[in-house]
Order: sequence, then structure tokens, then C-alpha cells
Amino acid sequence: MSSLLRQLRLASLPASAQALRAEVKTFLASTLGPASAEVRARSWMGFDAGFSQALASRGWVGVTLPTEYGGSNLDAFSRYVLVEELLAAGAPVAAHWIADRQSGPLILKFGTAAQKAFFLPRICRAELFFCIGMSEPGAGSDLASVSTRAKPKDGGWVLNGQKIWTTNAHHCQYMIALVRSSGEREDRQAGLSQFIIDLSLPGVTVRPIRDLSGDAHFSEVFFDNVQLAGDALVGAEGSGWTQVNAELAFERSGPERIYSSIVLLELWIRLLRQSPVGQAHAAKVGRLAAHLAALRNMSITVTAKLAQGESPVVEAALVKDLGTEFEQMVPQLIEASMGEEPQGELEAELHRTLAYVSQMAPSYSLRGGTREILRGMIARGLGLR
Amino acid sequence: MILESLERVLEDQGSSAAVRQIEAGGAVGTLWHTIEQAGFLDLLLSEEAGGAALQLPELFPILECLGRHGVALPIAQSIVARALFGGQAPVPVGLVTLANRLQQTASGEHVCVRTPYGLLADYVLSHDGESMVLMSCSAAKRTSVGDPRNSTATLSWRNVAPVLRLRGSEQSLTAFTTAMAAALLSGAMQRVFDMALAYCNTRVQFGKSIGKFQALQQQLSVMAEHVLAGAIAAECAFRSNGLAPDPLAGAIAKSRTSEAASLVAATAHAVHGAIGMTDEYDLGLLTRRLHDWRMSYGAEDHWNQIIGKQILTNSGTLVDQVCET
Repeated sequence: MSSLLRQLRLASLPASAQALRAEVKTFLASTLGPASAEVRARSWMGFDAGFSQALASRGWVGVTLPTEYGGSNLDAFSRYVLVEELLAAGAPVAAHWIADRQSGPLILKFGTAAQKAFFLPRICRAELFFCIGMSEPGAGSDLASVSTRAKPKDGGWVLNGQKIWTTNAHHCQYMIALVRSSGEREDRQAGLSQFIIDLSLPGVTVRPIRDLSGDAHFSEVFFDNVQLAGDALVGAEGSGWTQVNAELAFERSGPERIYSSIVLLELWIRLLRQSPVGQAHAAKVGRLAAHLAALRNMSITVTAKLAQGESPVVEAALVKDLGTEFEQMVPQLIEASMGEEPQGELEAELHRTLAYVSQMAPSYSLRGGTREILRGMIARGLGLR
Repeated sequence: MILESLERVLEDQGSSAAVRQIEAGGAVGTLWHTIEQAGFLDLLLSEEAGGAALQLPELFPILECLGRHGVALPIAQSIVARALFGGQAPVPVGLVTLANRLQQTASGEHVCVRTPYGLLADYVLSHDGESMVLMSCSAAKRTSVGDPRNSTATLSWRNVAPVLRLRGSEQSLTAFTTAMAAALLSGAMQRVFDMALAYCNTRVQFGKSIGKFQALQQQLSVMAEHVLAGAIAAECAFRSNGLAPDPLAGAIAKSRTSEAASLVAATAHAVHGAIGMTDEYDLGLLTRRLHDWRMSYGAEDHWNQIIGKQILTNSGTLVDQVCET
């Protein structure tokens, strides 16, 4: 078998991580107020700083960061269980989501002592929220063609350009952006760097963009002669591309690439249980369960590689592509089921939640790398490119 | 160690040429004798009983290996049958296959429908709702179903008593057949994937290997995803510490591998072009297995119904139920 596939053998969650599950459930039961499924279906689009702070007071924001920075020093498996429970409950995790998953670990790995001392404890207390500045109007899938530029000046940097489709930029204090710091567009991956940008600085404009469901979950961000201090650079100048890729394995393989439609699915199952004809839809429920079970174990298998300190970028792409296919299959099958009886009465909450998820579902295979880009990465992993 | 020696035996005596000979009605004796003498059929038996005391997780790669080689004999079935005998009675000499259910028809016959290797086996171990039953295949009317080369047959008996009755639940028999078939499918899918990947790297059109074309790269990537999903789902069914696989994990494994099998077979043929359609090339031998094994012991729609009913009957959330399998 191709070595890519051979290396991925089944892994299990260790008992220490499993032990966290009951604690998280208890916390969620007492902390989350009642919310309709269509609100909970927003999962990691749902912004609630108060909830993030309540979570932080339990030590569950920045969970993998060392205790000296206020983290809980838990392993990737424990984070997996925590995230799985949060998403299954439809908890509003957007506020701390990016900082917990990516920005914190990035600063820990590449930041200076001063950057770590300043940012990490604030991330762990859910005081500072982060967004990721990658896409630009002219740089989507072709990320290496970013043209936002940081020019050195007086020991600091002057930033000009624009980012777009930035999730939650309008709610965050900081952005970690990939920008050009030297060379030209033709230099591609060379000359790119990552900067921690204080979004309250003069010259920064954040404009929310309304999405097709009526929410404003993403934004465009403009930089007009923004003066950055020298310590805004994170990691080495010119190493931005390598650093971004190290993040992507974390971004792509987690439960969030499986559970985007889970609140809808759980609601549908709950209503089928109450319906006298619910069993007629058992085969669809069974198919979704079989897919979910396989995906979850694939995702845990990639998490095991992360826990061993590897960077399973290709494996993560594989799980994300299949995971988002499942996430998109959920509203598709439920629409089909609900449409089987045109005269049947539809439960309003289910119908509204379905409408929301169906509209957002295309984004699942766009955000974090499009389907086509991921499949190209897998092909490279198979030795075809 | 056991896996390597099985691999060697199958490379020596279970090559595709040997598989084709058996399929054409040739003698099964040599390969079967080697497999039996080397103790491969006793892998799950305790050391006191002369076995290798393998645990279920260790059996998984063995069954995958049998699948990869597209075995033409009920080796996997016989390994499982000997475990299900559990020392209750001496295991009879010969090829033993498995069927989920021995049913009684309106006309009073007993039948095991669509039994894998039913044309070749000496015995079939099944369940009649009361107990496990061992039936003699030579006493049965054997009706070939599907492609005769697969040797799948419906077996029927009139006024023939079981050779043996054995204690054992239908649920654990079925948990074994689903998990076993999933592992065989997973092995065969990996082989088919390897063939497709190798072909893409060697076949040249428009001046370059066809694997350089994005359209084919994307197809192979999707195929890899489904092969892996099947492999992981199948391996999960063998994670049990007990004597038999977990029934729900077995059902999930059979559903997921069966669903993947169609896509994997279709993509492998699409990639191979006309050469894959020849009798001489081995792809057809393997994809015929994929279709046959998908349908044996219940295809995905059957198991999806059962999985779905169980989830709807239980009260816990789907995520909690999935986390527990």
C-alpha cells in the first residue's frame, strides 16, 4: 500500500483524555443557557466572550499551553475531547477559537520570550481574541501571491494592503497575518512573514461582510500606513510560509471538520424518535452514523500524530476533505428526508436550522483550504506531483 | 511474524495464477493443506488447544492480507469458525464457510442463501435462531449464484439434520462475519488502490505519465480517502478485548467498507482504461471480489438500517453513541 495510507493506523483516545469528557459535560450543562438549535448550529461562528471567559476560568482556553503561561499543559487528545464536547453541544466558541487552536501554539513555537509572556497568559484568560489574516482579494487558493506588504522603517514596519474573508475580525483585538516583507510577488513563498497586528492601531479599518444567511461572520480588513513596532514580527522574517504550514495540520484535522452540521443532525434524530414514522428514516441515520464513526477515528488517528510532535499535513488534508463531505451530506440527506412527504407538517426549529446549515454548507469545503487544493496536497503525498 | 509467513505462503501458493486455477475448478488441496498444516486456521485458539492465542486486534492484519491476495478459499471463514467452535466439539476436517442464517422455507427446506464459497466448502457454520448449527455442504443442493468463479452458492437441505449444534448467539456470529468481511474488503481495496496508483505512474499519454494530470490526481485522492475510511472502520471492529467483535462496530465496518467498495472499484477501472477490462490483467479479479464481498453478509443499506434503528431506539445523543463504539 502507498506509504501515506500505511502509516495511518488506528489510534485510540487515552484514558486520561476520556476522563475529561464527563467534566466538560457537567460544565456545559451548568453554563450553557437554553438556546435553539439554529443558534447552536452556528458552533464556531457563535461569538460569546462571556462563555469563553467562563471556559477560561476552568483552564480550558489555551489548554495545550504550558502552565507557566497560564495554560493547562494538556495533550492533543485532551483538547480533542474538549473540542468534541463543545461542538456537539453547539457551544459559542468563536471568541477564543482561533487563539486556542492556532495563535497560541504559533506564538509558543515561534514567538520571542516577551511575546510569549505578553500574549499567552491573556489568551488563556480569554482576554485577547485572535483572527487569521490569510486571504486577500487577489490571493485565495493561491495564498503565496499575497500582496499586503510590511516595509521596514525605523526598527519597525509600515503595513499597507488588505485582507478579506477574515472570520470574526470585527470581534478580535489581534490578527496574525501572512504578508510580504521582502522581495516581489514573483518570489512566491520566499519573503513572506507573519505579523501580530493590533487591530486598534491607526490606519486599520475592519468592515464586516454580510454572509448569505444574514449573519456577519467574516470581514474585510484594510491597512493604510499602519505603523507596527519591531516586535510585531512573529518568528523569523521570511519564514512565514513554513510557519503557516505548520499551523495547517492543527487547523485541518480536528473535530471541527466533522461536526459542523452535528447540531442539525442531533435535532433531526431527536425529532425522529418522537415521530411515529421516524424509523422509516433509519437507513439514512445509520449511514450518517457509519460515516461519522469512521471519520472520528480517522481524526483521532491524525491527532495521535500531532501528539507525537509530527506535522501530518497531508493526512490532515485527507481527513478534512472527507470530513467536510460528511458535513455537507447531513443537510442534503435531511432535506431529502423532509421532502419525501410534501404534505407533511415540518417542525419549525428543524426547518429553520436546516435552512441555515444548507446555506452555510458550501463554506465547509472552502474555509481552511478548498476541496481542490486539499486533493492536490493528497496527490502530492501519494507521490503523483 | 505470523503475518509475514502467511504473506510468503500466499505469494508462493496463492498467486493470482493459483487463484484463477481454483476459480476454474482446479484442486484446492495444496494451498488448503499448507494453510491448515501451518496452523493458520487455529490462530484464535488458545495455546492449550494448539492455537496461536491471537487477540482480535492481531487478527485484523491477517484478514486484510487474505483480502489483498483475493483469496479463493474460505480461509478467513474457517479461522472464525474454529474460534466459534470454542472447544465445544472437535473441528471437522475440511473447508468451513460461514452464513449468517439458516432459514426454513415454506416448503420445509432449510437454506443458507448466497453463501460465500458455498460451491467449495465442506461445511457451513450458521445459526437457525436457536443455536449455531454446522451443516454438511456435501449433503446440500448447491446452486451457484452470481459469477460462478466466486463460488458463492445458495445451499439447501431437505430432511437433513445438522452435523452439530453449538452454543453461540446469532449476534456474535454476525458480528464476526461483518467484521471479517470488512477486513477482507479493506485488504482488497488497498490492493486495487496500489494497482491504480502504480498504473498512473507508468502509463504515458500526451508525453507524460497520466498521474501528472490533475483530473486523475483528484480521483486518486478521493479514492485514497475512501480506502482509508474503510480501513479505519474495519480495524475498529477488531478493537474489542472480548472473544467476538462488538456488533455495532461490525455493522459500521461492513457498511463503511461496502459503501467505499463501489467507488474504489469504479475509480480503479476508470483510471486503468481498457487494460482493466481484460481477463488477463488482475484488476478484474480484485474488483469482482469487491462487488461480491460488498454484497456478502449484508451490504451497506442492510447494515445502515440496523445501525439507524439502534440509534433511534437508544436515548443518548448520536455523538455519545459513536464515542462509545
